[in-house]
Amino acid sequence: MPSVTINNISKAYSSIRALDHISFDVGKREIFGLIGPDGAGKTTLFRILTTLLLPDDGTASVEGLDTVKQYREIRNIVGYMPGRFSLYQDLTVEENLNFFANVFNTSMQENYDLIKDIYIQIEPFKKRKTGRLSGGMKQKLALCCALIHKPSVLFLDEPTTGVDPVSRKEFWEMLKRLKQQNISILVSTPYMDEAMLCDKIALIQSGKILSIDTPENIIAGYPQKIYAVKGENNYRLLEYLRKNPDVQSCYIFGEYLHVTLNNEFDFRFPDKVEVNPTKASIEDCFIRLMDHRPERVSD
Amino acid sequence: MNENKRKIRSQWSTLKFLLQKEFLQIFRDKTILKMIIALPVVQLLILPWAATFEQRNISLSVVDNDHSTFSRKLTEKITSSGYFRLADYSVSYSQALTAVERNDADLILEIPYRFEDDLIREQSAGIMISVNAVNGQKAGLGSAYLSQIINDFNQEIIPPDVQSGRQNRINVVPYYRYNTQMNYRNYMVPGILVMLVTLIGGVPAALNIVKEKETGTIEQINVTPIPKAIFILGKLIPFWMMGLLILTIGLIVAFIVYGLVPAGRLFNIYIFAFFYLLTFSGIGLLISTYSETQQQAMFVAFFFLIIFFLLSGLFTPISSMPHYAQAITRFNPVRYFVEVMRLVFMKGSGFSDIMPQLLHVIGFAVFFNGWAVWNYKKTS
Repeated sequence: MPSVTINNISKAYSSIRALDHISFDVGKREIFGLIGPDGAGKTTLFRILTTLLLPDDGTASVEGLDTVKQYREIRNIVGYMPGRFSLYQDLTVEENLNFFANVFNTSMQENYDLIKDIYIQIEPFKKRKTGRLSGGMKQKLALCCALIHKPSVLFLDEPTTGVDPVSRKEFWEMLKRLKQQNISILVSTPYMDEAMLCDKIALIQSGKILSIDTPENIIAGYPQKIYAVKGENNYRLLEYLRKNPDVQSCYIFGEYLHVTLNNEFDFRFPDKVEVNPTKASIEDCFIRLMDHRPERVSD
Repeated sequence: MNENKRKIRSQWSTLKFLLQKEFLQIFRDKTILKMIIALPVVQLLILPWAATFEQRNISLSVVDNDHSTFSRKLTEKITSSGYFRLADYSVSYSQALTAVERNDADLILEIPYRFEDDLIREQSAGIMISVNAVNGQKAGLGSAYLSQIINDFNQEIIPPDVQSGRQNRINVVPYYRYNTQMNYRNYMVPGILVMLVTLIGGVPAALNIVKEKETGTIEQINVTPIPKAIFILGKLIPFWMMGLLILTIGLIVAFIVYGLVPAGRLFNIYIFAFFYLLTFSGIGLLISTYSETQQQAMFVAFFFLIIFFLLSGLFTPISSMPHYAQAITRFNPVRYFVEVMRLVFMKGSGFSDIMPQLLHVIGFAVFFNGWAVWNYKKTS
């Protein structure tokens, strides 16, 4: 049985469709990544799964428990880390942890082994008020608080947004370790590089799932050749390439332009331009899926 | 059975942990702590002296056209009464009037030419009082005081034989019950205590819950198994306790500074205060369910508090309000507590005497808390 089952969930805020008939499963001991830009509906989905919000349509279950009817039971077995830091800033690190352990009728000592690796890093600051911690430390504390009652499913809403690259890397290593402790994890992120660290990902945009698979399969499924192109003036080159009918798509990718072609054999890149065939990344897949959405065409 | 017992015990311990957390936060907030001590002390030290119903220092402009012994004696008597302050001696009525226009004088006393002669020869003389009635209360009381002083003066100058011989006078000696010395502080202090309890009982509770919304911590709480009712209780209980603490501090200050001791039983005050705090924390809770930010909550709370205080009978008697305002006061919980405080403090009223007010306040408590809970459920 999967840890999380999402079945045809829809949710609208007045005129905006935040989630549009979404379905997918998160397997046991899986790190499932929800990848998408801001406003894609990731947080709405998290709020439905953590029983904070009722869906307009469809059903969802966590460890076989219905999110609407059995919300009380669900609250005992999930850990949630909202996108916005939501611990008591006027309490110390230690006080926050003890408080959240206590309201779950447990104690810090009881599940210490689960949080030990993470807690050790913030322990030197345990008497410090949470409001005065750095961004990375706040995230670690929030993760500790979400884990303190030994949940079987962890929901992490953009846990690494606004966190420095080193802390981000550490954070993902911690998630890998948690997986070994029989915890299923649903994590959202706007960072494409983090997608590769998940067991499975769903690309989501405007409330719709574009693709679900392992990151490797998604990349392997990229149907075309991609060229990384670099000229003296990338912006002018971009304009030039976009006007050409043989060019299917052209977009900025770091210091290069990524170009795909309609007709590989006829096209010649202009002189004085560096051209290298390159491998597709998750970001390329995402951009392709966004461009090929049927709604876009009909717009 | 056992299952139920365990559930109750676990909720009880959850409440305990919530309270522990609330008190930790309250005691960490130095502003709140200072307010708890400073509010009752400062308000009780300053307000009773400032919020007085007596009119003193009424500025008087005297136009003495007579310049006689009598006219001077009269002026002296008036100024030595303590209620009036001699602003100036004007030459003419029109000059006195400009003093009124400049706001230098509130009252003009014009003593006519031949005042003394008329008094002695014809046994009567006229005096004119003109009152600046912009401030109605000052004008009314000022002219009343002045008439009384002139009346006294009149008694003094009537020759003794005339006084006993010709007139049968009724001598009125009032006895002021419940406040024999007509000390307005006995009247104000209990009322100010009400204000204190209201401020502590309602506003911080509202702000506290909105703060959890504003900082997002309520999200984290909502995904825990804490039942909503327990969470709200955890929020309100500290403020009930603080309200009662403030009341106690206030009663002690009232005793030390003003020597005020309730004529009735303290127990009745505390019983009433408890239900009153329930009402106001209910109002606070209601405001918090409608507000998204602490600023909004503060504004709404302020709006209602000002209306509640002005229409409570604390500063102006309800019986002298227009009918529509009197009708509004029936829906004002503050009014009932002010009444009860004055009843218990001054009249020594017992439990059965404050029953009507108590029932009203219990009704309010049920109404506001019910509404708040209903709206809280609807929005989440």
